[in-house]
Amino acid sequence: MDVTAAKYIGAGLAMTGLIGAGAGLGILFGNYLQAAIRNPSAAAGERPMLFLGFAVTEAMGIFALVMAFIILFVKV
Amino acid sequence: MAAIEPMKQFMIQKIVDGPKLRMHGVRIVDLSITNSVLYMLIAATLITVFFLVASRRAVVPGRMQALAETLYDLVDNGLTGAMIGDKGRPFLPFIFTLFSMIAVMNIVGLFPLQFTVTSQLAVTVTLALMTFISVVIIGFLRNGLGFFKLFVPSGVSIFMAMFLAPIEFISFMVRPVTLSMRLFGNMIGGHVVMYMFASFVVGLGLFASHGGLASLGYAGSALSMFMVVALMALEFIVAFLQAFVFAALTCTYINDVVNLGHGH
Repeated sequence: MDVTAAKYIGAGLAMTGLIGAGAGLGILFGNYLQAAIRNPSAAAGERPMLFLGFAVTEAMGIFALVMAFIILFVKV
Repeated sequence: MAAIEPMKQFMIQKIVDGPKLRMHGVRIVDLSITNSVLYMLIAATLITVFFLVASRRAVVPGRMQALAETLYDLVDNGLTGAMIGDKGRPFLPFIFTLFSMIAVMNIVGLFPLQFTVTSQLAVTVTLALMTFISVVIIGFLRNGLGFFKLFVPSGVSIFMAMFLAPIEFISFMVRPVTLSMRLFGNMIGGHVVMYMFASFVVGLGLFASHGGLASLGYAGSALSMFMVVALMALEFIVAFLQAFVFAALTCTYINDVVNLGHGH
């Protein structure tokens, strides 16, 4: 197989890491919303933790993106 | 049509040539002013001027002072106060500097044709290593050899601890990696995605100008235009949020070593 073609396929495969990030973000915000509806007065206090969790979860997807960039653009 | 080069916007260019120093161990240190250095200086100037102008200490704050006070309160009460407690006060200047510097570098980079300093891995790694090394030094200064208690979770048996300590140690050592990659990846990812959608606007528009069935491309072009606007809004949130998260994680790491053995 052509190396360039393999590169593009590899970069595409690396992006499958986003599946986990998407599912994680869904769980995170879904659970936050559920808890916020049950006890709206406590919701504001937990918002910093929500965003912290958002950033940490999203970082996993970003790592996949960085891997894809490395495969595509870094010349070895 | 110009070639689509999403990575070109992150290229370092020399603006003013500086001396090249030969240092032991490192091959050559180039002291030229590059666009990265220039935008760091711009960010530092913006922060300094903003806080000098905003902190006139009026009893009834104006708009500028209210913004400055909100930002200060966000870091003082929201981060160091809530996460570290009273012992966190000495670290407030460090964390506030880190937060404002990263936030301004991110936001300056979002304006058209400006350079994003935080999209350079070298910059984010430097920031993360600075945090990591200061956490280790603070840990040893505050706790002495008790610092190693960080790797043994409290209340586990000795057999469990033998398994858990290496895992905790590894998770401690990858902290600078995740910290720097998160900021770098978010910035570079956001900018590349925006570039790609912006190139769709032009590319599909040109394609649609052939007429016939191809004029469906105008719809795609308009859709991409909306997408660019939406992404721009999202990127402003992300720029602020990533600075906040960097500061918040720094607080968590400092909290681990300052309040070692109690509070978690």
